This record gives sequence, structure tokens and C-alpha cells, in this order.
Amino acid sequence: MNKEEILAHLPYSKPFLFVDEILHIDENGSSGTFTFDKDLDFYKGHFKDHPVTPGVILTETMAQIGLVCLGIYLTGSAEGGVPGHVMLTSTAIDFMKPVFPGEKVKVVAEKVYFRFKKLNCTVQMLNDQHEVVCKGTIAGMVTNKMNG
Amino acid sequence: MDRAELIARLTPIIATYAQDKDAVASINETTDFIKDLKINSANLVDVILDVEEEFDIEIDNLSMERMLNVSAAMEIIEDKLKTK
Repeated sequence: MNKEEILAHLPYSKPFLFVDEILHIDENGSSGTFTFDKDLDFYKGHFKDHPVTPGVILTETMAQIGLVCLGIYLTGSAEGGVPGHVMLTSTAIDFMKPVFPGEKVKVVAEKVYFRFKKLNCTVQMLNDQHEVVCKGTIAGMVTNKMNG
Repeated sequence: MDRAELIARLTPIIATYAQDKDAVASINETTDFIKDLKINSANLVDVILDVEEEFDIEIDNLSMERMLNVSAAMEIIEDKLKTK
């Protein structure tokens, strides 16, 4: 599968699509970028008068670029395979720096293992200054149908 | 390896992922990974990967699919150890 086909298979749309571009993808990992539009709705409340991207959204962004794009690629590129759905099953993330409205981030994910339908990746997110803003591990089950 | 030793080596692996700690304390051959220990399907994969490492065996997809309780796990481990 190429990058465009993977993007087309992502099951998200605005305001919950957190992938702008896939920079690289192969059987060992993926990388991509996303720019947090300053008008995203959650900035109104997180926090009052002090907008900062919520950690759960950073985690989701790493999951979409790392785990989900890679899961779709691995299943869709297998011989006779169909692009699967990825169900998030665990995350363990450390947060180092805040991400403010308008910032562009890059996510780099490396596959730890993909066995028995479970994909486990190490992920990290970098800001425009190439500083690590958060990193950790994310895992999910890659299935043939959504939620299952 | 006898069955008691096998269970003794399995228990710490299972305990890592089990949500129901009381069920771990009373683990026996009929214990079901999902119903009794409340292990989800993602952690069941981790149990199997840890079993592979602990016993230095490789578990195939078909075996994995029937490894849903302690007795099935023991049968599969014994079987794989024989053909190693």
C-alpha cells in the first residue's frame, strides 16, 4: 500500500483526524506530521484562557500516525490481505513539553512486534525544534471489522 | 516437567496480566483466562509471547486460538516441548 491509500483508509474525519501527511512507512515503522489548528474546539476549554493541546489528543495523534497507519499498512500489504481496523488496547506515555495551538508535530513510530493480530509500537512526538514532546508505547489489535 | 511445575512457571506470567487477583491465587487447570482471570484479548497475546520466552518454544496461530484456559495452555506447552 502507498501513503495515499493508507490515508484514504483512515476511519477518521475532522475534527478527529490527526494525520496530515505520512512521511515514511515500511514494515518496521512509520512517521508523519500533523499541525494543530489553533481553532480546534478543545482549546476553548483546555485550559480556560490558556490553550494547550491535551495529552489525550497527543496520545491519539501518536496512535493514528504510529499504530493505525502502520496497522493498515501491515495488513493491507500482506499477501491477499485487506486493510484492517485498529482497536487501541493500551498506552504508556510520558509527556515532556507542552504543544500549543498552531504547532506542527512529527510522530515517529517503530514496531516492537506484530503477532497474533496485536501490534505494539514505540512512539515519539517531536516539535518543530526537534525536541521530544512525548514518547512511550502504544498497542492495539488489528481486526477485520470495526470494534471487533 | 510435571504438571505442578508447569503451573508454577505459568502462574507468574499470568499474574502479570490478570485483572482478578483472587482467581490468580486459586489458579488451577480449569481456570479460564478470559472468564476467570479477566485477561483481555490484547493481554492474552502478551501471555503467549511471555510463554514462548519462558519455555523457549514457538506458538503457532492455531495453537494460540485454542489457548484460552490453563489446561489448554499446558497441553500446548507440553506438546511444543516434545517436538522441540
